Amino acid sequence: MYIIIIGGGKVGYNLAKALIDEGHEILLTEKDAARSAAIIDELGSACVRGDGCEVTTLTAVGTSRADMLIAVTGDDEDNLVACQVAKHKFKVPRTIARINNPKNETIFKKLGIEDTISSTNVILEYIREEVPTHPLTHLLTIKDKGLEIVEIKISPDSITVGKAVKELSLPPGSILSLLIRKGSKPRVPTASTVLQAEDQIIAVTNPESEESLRIALRGA
Amino acid sequence: MKIIIMGCGRVGAQLASLLAIEGHQVTILDIEDYSFRRLPANFSGTALLSDGTDEETLKKVGIEEADAFISLTQGDNRNVMAAQIAKNIFNVPKVICRIYDPLRRELYNSLGIQAFSPTTIFAQMLKKELES
Repeated sequence: MYIIIIGGGKVGYNLAKALIDEGHEILLTEKDAARSAAIIDELGSACVRGDGCEVTTLTAVGTSRADMLIAVTGDDEDNLVACQVAKHKFKVPRTIARINNPKNETIFKKLGIEDTISSTNVILEYIREEVPTHPLTHLLTIKDKGLEIVEIKISPDSITVGKAVKELSLPPGSILSLLIRKGSKPRVPTASTVLQAEDQIIAVTNPESEESLRIALRGA
Repeated sequence: MKIIIMGCGRVGAQLASLLAIEGHQVTILDIEDYSFRRLPANFSGTALLSDGTDEETLKKVGIEEADAFISLTQGDNRNVMAAQIAKNIFNVPKVICRIYDPLRRELYNSLGIQAFSPTTIFAQMLKKELES
């Protein structure tokens, strides 16, 4: 695949290297003279100095034949514009934008850039996983299906301890897929499974039902 | 008219001042309060230290009731993003945006964003002046 990466910061540079190793044809654009010179030293013609939001730069690097454009600069507005120019001017089939401010995720969607990766959110989720008291952790998002896979920990003070799954008022569309309990093998919870303190539940849900799922499993 | 201007540079400040004198309800935004020094002392509009690319902020400054939104910061992309938020998310009836890069201006014009490029306008003006 021919993939264009906009922004030669830590993310762009490492992404370029990883994708080159996977055998893709990569072109990285970087505005800053010193930064681009350093990358060109290492990656050679895979890096070009230029503003990836400019039509001229994108024309020069052959954007119209690109399979994908990934904009990973530190400025959300630049990532938005690079993706929009690629999409509308060069008809690039797939564009991915990095989002630094999590608030912009919905804005980008409303403005037609569906594929976004919020680096701040990703880091937040990783940290949350490490915080043992956090009630609900996102493990995976399946964007095109609107599904989320989450982990919920049952704390000793949850009102659902000692209750069977069938007694819980689970929101429609949420499925409890796996029960992880200390000292026993992971298993699929059934209607008669009784919850215990410290149980970990892996569930499939959607963003709208996430809050009601948490309440159903742990109490308000 | 209720008008929101993003970016209190020379153009933004002058436009805000002209519109306020004509009796319009003007709100001008900038992310640095030092920029507001450009507004005249008797400016009758509102100057707010705010980021015009933030949805929540725009709601707070009353974009839902605005008749016009104009983005005039130094950054083409910031202007484009703010203009699209105003037009596509808040349905502001009149949205104008400054884009220095002529090619980017052309693209966004074709996408329905009314944009002006000072680069093109000034170059054409100078050319005309030389030819006259």
